[in-house]
Amino acid sequence: MFMDEDLKRSILLDHYQNPRNKGLIDDDRYQMIHNASESCIDDIKVQMLIEDNTVKDVRFDGVGCTICFASTSIISEMIIGKSVEEAKHIIDQYYNMVGEKEYDAELLEEANAFDTLYKQANRIKCGTIGIHAMEDLINAYEQ
Amino acid sequence: MYDVMSIRNDFPMLKNHPDMIFFDSGATSLKPQCVIDAVTRFYTEDTANIHRGDYDISFKVSKEYDETREVLRKFLNARKAEEIVFTNGATSSLNTVAYGYGLKYLKEGDVILTSYAEHASSILPWYTVKEKTACDIIFTPLTDDGHFDLDAYKECLNKHNVKLVALPMVSNVLGYKYPVKEITRLAHEKGAVVSIDGAQGVPHCLTDVQDLDCDFLSFSSHKMLGPGGVGVLYGKEELLTQINTLTMGGGANARFDKDFNVILKNAPIRFEAGTPSIEGVLGLKAAVEYLMNIGMKNVEAHDKEMAEYLSSELAKLDNVVIYNPETECSIVSFNVKGVFAQDSGTYLNKNNICVRTGNHCAKLLHNVIDEDQTIRASLYIYNTKEEIDRFVKVVSEITLEKCIGAII
Repeated sequence: MFMDEDLKRSILLDHYQNPRNKGLIDDDRYQMIHNASESCIDDIKVQMLIEDNTVKDVRFDGVGCTICFASTSIISEMIIGKSVEEAKHIIDQYYNMVGEKEYDAELLEEANAFDTLYKQANRIKCGTIGIHAMEDLINAYEQ
Repeated sequence: MYDVMSIRNDFPMLKNHPDMIFFDSGATSLKPQCVIDAVTRFYTEDTANIHRGDYDISFKVSKEYDETREVLRKFLNARKAEEIVFTNGATSSLNTVAYGYGLKYLKEGDVILTSYAEHASSILPWYTVKEKTACDIIFTPLTDDGHFDLDAYKECLNKHNVKLVALPMVSNVLGYKYPVKEITRLAHEKGAVVSIDGAQGVPHCLTDVQDLDCDFLSFSSHKMLGPGGVGVLYGKEELLTQINTLTMGGGANARFDKDFNVILKNAPIRFEAGTPSIEGVLGLKAAVEYLMNIGMKNVEAHDKEMAEYLSSELAKLDNVVIYNPETECSIVSFNVKGVFAQDSGTYLNKNNICVRTGNHCAKLLHNVIDEDQTIRASLYIYNTKEEIDRFVKVVSEITLEKCIGAII
């Protein structure tokens, strides 16, 4: 899936300035993880509601750079409504992309905006901190 | 006359990266050829351990290593070469003071006085001392704009049972000079010992430890043109002979027996157990001689002029907020409005500009400037107004869109 730079820029700007699923909610059914980067500003909380083996909702909030917020926003939007297995597969494919491995570009949709993130070693953490929280929440559900 | 172009010629990194703007000397400085040569010479001509070999090369290297202490004594105007300890860096020097002095002499009810502007290496060792001795740590308030507040400091000294003052010579993020001489005089009136973190100060300012009268001064070689892995702890002789050593081992002991008796050598050798970074110390010698050849007054004037110029040029931009408009010493901390420091850093990197972004290890500073993350441009002897002009132009162009463009 080829995405030109203008499109990438507009996707990231959009998700950074109007992040989806931002704002935590007070609901005991949600599980929450707090992830803070050791090396930069990123410090976010991610909540997830999983029922019937399906990701029903994701919420996040905190302080983060463009990459952190945009990546968390994009992936949260993609996994809502997906089964736990599908959500895990999307996250795996995303990790493959930012880890410069083979990945399913069609599946990743807007997340392809990060297809060159692997070139910036110091920013990969920004682009995965929210996603790691989602992965951990799914793993916790499965256990 | 200060000939910056001739100075630049001495730095291979500047020749190898002709388009690079290096504004990150506060993190580590570039190295001149003479320092590189001194390190290389140890590997190619003079490899031998010091103080342990009965052969000519070892004698030669030992002599040069010992002479470095005298060079540092002159550089700092210390009373004696024996007051110069070689360490692994400023962090290890600061830890030596905290554990060597603090754990031995501080006790419950005693107070360590420091500030929110402190670098992690200057303050975290004292956290451990507090935990182990049950002494207290008090933060002397800074002014609203981050300057040292002498009146607030006096009040702290009067109100609390201060036994140790741990402050920087120049703050790591804001680049403000601390009035070390006055800080020390007031602390001594109360009988407190003064440990100064010179990591951002000694490389840029003429330093006279007798005039400052501080009890300890810690700094790193790598921030002042020298090799990494080496630092200096200056300590007054009467204190160095009293405080504990952190590391026991070869070279530092005079004799020991099977009944667990150990007699350590005198300071400074007692603090240098194990084989030190000999090449690092020899490189530091070359670096200090290089700086003394330029003259620290000239270095100080140049760095100040550059930082003030950078600050005043950045102040003309509408998209920039500066956190230390009255910078005095090589550092300018700022942000582009509406853009996270690290995103700006990525854009600057695309333009071949090296800066540091983040909290610069001073994680309590947000208590002072209401901002966690900044872009820190830190200048040194080789930086020019032309570089600053180019830098300011790039900063003036920074927008969120462009930063995102630099990421993808």
